[in-house]
Amino acid sequence: MTAPADRRVHLTHAHAVDLLSRMTRIRRFEEACAEHYSAGRIRGFLHLYIGEEANAVGVCQALTEEDAIVATYREHGHALARGLPMGEVMAEMFGKAAGCSRGRGGSMHIFSVRHRFYGGNAIVAGGLPLAAGLALADRMQGRRRVTACFFGEGAAAEGEFHETMNLSALWKLPVLFVCENNLYAMGTALEISESNTDIAAHAAVFGMPAETVDGMDVVAVEAAARRAADAIRGGEGPRFLELRTYRFRAHSMFDPDLYREKAEVEAWKTHGPIVRFTEWATATGLIHAGDVETIEAEVAEEVAAAVAFADAAPFEPVEDLLKDVTTPREVAR
Amino acid sequence: MTPFTMPSLGADMDAGTLVEWTRRPGDPVRRGDVVAVVETQKGAIEIEVFHDGTLGRTLVAPGEKVPVGTVLAEILGPGEPMPAEASQSPAPAAAAEPGHAPEPPPAEAPPATRVEPAAAPPAPAAPTPAPSAAGRVVATPAARRRAGEAGIDLAAVPPGPGGVIGLAEVEAVAGRPPSAPAGGETPREARRGGPDLSGMRKAIAAALARSHREIPPYWGSRTIDVTDLYAWLERRNAERPVAERILFAAPLIRAVARALKESPGLNGHLAEDGFRPAEAVHLGIGTALRGGGLVAPALHDADRLDVAGVMAALSDLVPRARAGRLRSSEMTDATATLSSLGEDTSDSLMPLIYPPQVAIVGCGGPVRRPWVVDGEIVVRRVMTVTVGGDHRVSDGRLADRFLARLETVIKEPDAP
Amino acid sequence: MTTSRRITYREAVRQALREALASDERVFLMGEDVGAYGGAYACSLGLVDEFGTERVRNTPLAESGFTGAGIGAALGGMRPIVEIMTVNFALLALDQIVNTAATLRHMSGGQVSVPLVIRMATGAGRQLAAQHSHSLENWFAHVPGIRVVSPSTIPDARGMLKSALADPDPVIIMEHAMLYNEEGELEDAEDHAVDLDRAAVRRPGEQATIVTYSAGVKKALEAAGRLADEGISAEVIDLRSLRPLDDETVMASVRRTHRAVIVDEGWRTGSLAAEVATRIHEQAFYDLDAPVERVCTAEVPIPYPRHLEQAALPQPEGIVAAVKRTLRR
Repeated sequence: MTAPADRRVHLTHAHAVDLLSRMTRIRRFEEACAEHYSAGRIRGFLHLYIGEEANAVGVCQALTEEDAIVATYREHGHALARGLPMGEVMAEMFGKAAGCSRGRGGSMHIFSVRHRFYGGNAIVAGGLPLAAGLALADRMQGRRRVTACFFGEGAAAEGEFHETMNLSALWKLPVLFVCENNLYAMGTALEISESNTDIAAHAAVFGMPAETVDGMDVVAVEAAARRAADAIRGGEGPRFLELRTYRFRAHSMFDPDLYREKAEVEAWKTHGPIVRFTEWATATGLIHAGDVETIEAEVAEEVAAAVAFADAAPFEPVEDLLKDVTTPREVAR
Repeated sequence: MTPFTMPSLGADMDAGTLVEWTRRPGDPVRRGDVVAVVETQKGAIEIEVFHDGTLGRTLVAPGEKVPVGTVLAEILGPGEPMPAEASQSPAPAAAAEPGHAPEPPPAEAPPATRVEPAAAPPAPAAPTPAPSAAGRVVATPAARRRAGEAGIDLAAVPPGPGGVIGLAEVEAVAGRPPSAPAGGETPREARRGGPDLSGMRKAIAAALARSHREIPPYWGSRTIDVTDLYAWLERRNAERPVAERILFAAPLIRAVARALKESPGLNGHLAEDGFRPAEAVHLGIGTALRGGGLVAPALHDADRLDVAGVMAALSDLVPRARAGRLRSSEMTDATATLSSLGEDTSDSLMPLIYPPQVAIVGCGGPVRRPWVVDGEIVVRRVMTVTVGGDHRVSDGRLADRFLARLETVIKEPDAP
Repeated sequence: MTTSRRITYREAVRQALREALASDERVFLMGEDVGAYGGAYACSLGLVDEFGTERVRNTPLAESGFTGAGIGAALGGMRPIVEIMTVNFALLALDQIVNTAATLRHMSGGQVSVPLVIRMATGAGRQLAAQHSHSLENWFAHVPGIRVVSPSTIPDARGMLKSALADPDPVIIMEHAMLYNEEGELEDAEDHAVDLDRAAVRRPGEQATIVTYSAGVKKALEAAGRLADEGISAEVIDLRSLRPLDDETVMASVRRTHRAVIVDEGWRTGSLAAEVATRIHEQAFYDLDAPVERVCTAEVPIPYPRHLEQAALPQPEGIVAAVKRTLRR
């Protein structure tokens, strides 16, 4: 067992640079994804996380290496925040055998068991029961670990959401439910899909402690996640966080964004997680002159290297088509 | 200069219509700036540039629908001069410029680049004859295949119940019992007077014509000293009443079967999907019938029987073959065939393979000949054995190995 | 020395559950009313007293939720056995079974396996009407990434669970509700695991092959007995594994008998019977001496009254008639 992560956020210069760097990595990575999608090198659906970086980065600060993550189809940010190598993630987007899921999954199915990153689940709310099960296994085997389960507010309308919330509260499972409420399930606004738009209030039905957090504030997210993870590790059962956030890009690449006003998007962008944290940390002296430029330069280099890696990587030979449908017997025992 | 192309925004987007340019040639642009609006099947989408620079010539005008990958405009790098002409008259000097020519999207090959299959795989040879032209023949697949093998014209087969020609109807014409007699493999009494020789002659003709047409054979021969085997037979038979005596054919069959067992490329069937080696050795025994017919019923598991066992099986099989009372499995199971003419016959023979088998062994008559033993010429009884193999399955080298093995095995009639 | 006892199919399932729970700490049973109630079909009766509520775990009525939790627990190192009351309720968990259990290995590029066993009751015959009686084995057998087995005998009812738990991938065991009261001999063998890959010839025969599974086996055997009285020799094959299908055993038989009748309690359209028939046509067409026959359930939701329910289901009379049609009798 590693020691539980510290509850409070220590805002040092190094930590501030780290947070900014992690958010910037996700932002620039995804911009590159959009570029390579437009050029046809990335295919399928591409759901960008731009605008929501503070959520993944903040929550992952509260997790140890032993904790698990279950995410959705908008999971590039979570994968990078969790520490998956950027090259492996980009290669996965390119469908290459060097991808973290050998190219079999693509943008929506990023898996890395060595990072305890269990997808990449692209059925809305489909990952919730999975997370409860991982937590159940931990509980039954006496391990004090947290399983963080990310999902959007659209999931709250699904039966599996309610089934899993009930099961987890009933069995006191160590799950951290993280609802990233970006206000739109694809193009359906929250107020036209939920009778009660206060998502955190849903948790109360199951007697599960919940907190609503400004998802554009990485420090607030980190602090709330640390509080919740501590409680879970203390055996208090599941916790629920609603992170109020916004995606700056359309739902996916092929989405004309007809369901929301341009002005609304622009207004949210003015207090986006990166610009807001940068301004605040600069004003308070937490980050210094030149830090941003250094981070941008490092990230640009990393993204370029990831693209080059993905570009150069080979595709899996078509002879392997039927591989990994079932487990080979020699591996099984 | 970097080309700015019609982006691919989804696998189901083939083309887009340029609605408007939101920037003008000469405007500075930065990565992420929206420079145009494109109408797609899903609605208007703003499209961004991925490079910093200056918007150069625009090559597509609003209202034009172009395929994904078409160059819409140029993005000029720092210091690159703006072309003098506007978009309506692209400069001919810019030889490397793609102009209006649409470029195929990189991920989706247009039909023109698709590789045509080099050649269609050859059509498989029709396994059965076509229905009679005179009228529609209703026959089951199994009946058609059987009729094809036996060279029987289905039009000449009287249909069974429901007007259908099944296996039973074909077998009746072929002069053989139906394949699935009631109560299992009990042979049914054939028609009086033995097999239908004219039908059989047709079947032989069909099978061997097919062999000659389709099978590229090779042959290998070896003359084997069988003097000691004759001596063994004489010793053995001297002790036994006439009814239990062993014929030369019995140890020969056993030896051939055992040598085949160790030559899998000679034992089995060539089917449409390739060669299927057989586990067991069911040796077809070429049997001449009175009146000129010829059958080669299978002696099942010949490699696993001892000499007495082979003799017993042979004593059962040959009279039934001559009476036309073979079991269907005996007609179809042979994995290779032995053709042995017996004493006082040709020195050797080169028989044709019975498809779908892939090998046949022919034995000339055992004859006394001057023979070299230990450097001296002596009189020995020798027999020339020829093996024919299907070159599509195996090569002559296998014949050598088989014959060498046969020469060893035939001298060990008592071996377990 | 092996001894044998006469027990019911239900007891064989219970014995298998008990042996699994006793021999491997990672195994636990989870489902609706598997605890004090003893399971809807009483398969787990008494087990909660032996193994406690953690390992014989009652769940809320939330098939998708607890099936998905079983998947997660399997990823987390456990060997869960999820019981779903009937196949009709399993439809509520189809998302987890099809979209998650069956896909995780593939879409993670082979990084994970899901060693999960799902047991469910299936089939008609108890007048449970149109929401508790269906045979939807083919729905699951359609999906790559999961294995579907169907025990028709007492030894298979016991042995298939052990083999399923040893399988690294998700295995669905479909237990026909009409079989739970069947009695038979069970040897007290130490290693009772069975080969999940192979179909079994339950009765050898020469003139026609009857291919079936689950409760169909008993009806096919009865039909084969009647046919024998009329001098017709029919072979009965129990598929046992519905995915993957054991083509080899089926084709070897059909190549010999030249005739095939498939008995399937599923509806005819898009059925397992359709799949088996197609494979016979693909692999043994030139051996056929008659069109392949199917005896399936009538295309109607299972009715409540007994006479209509029985009329909807495959019966020995229909199987006998189908075999005779293949013989043109």
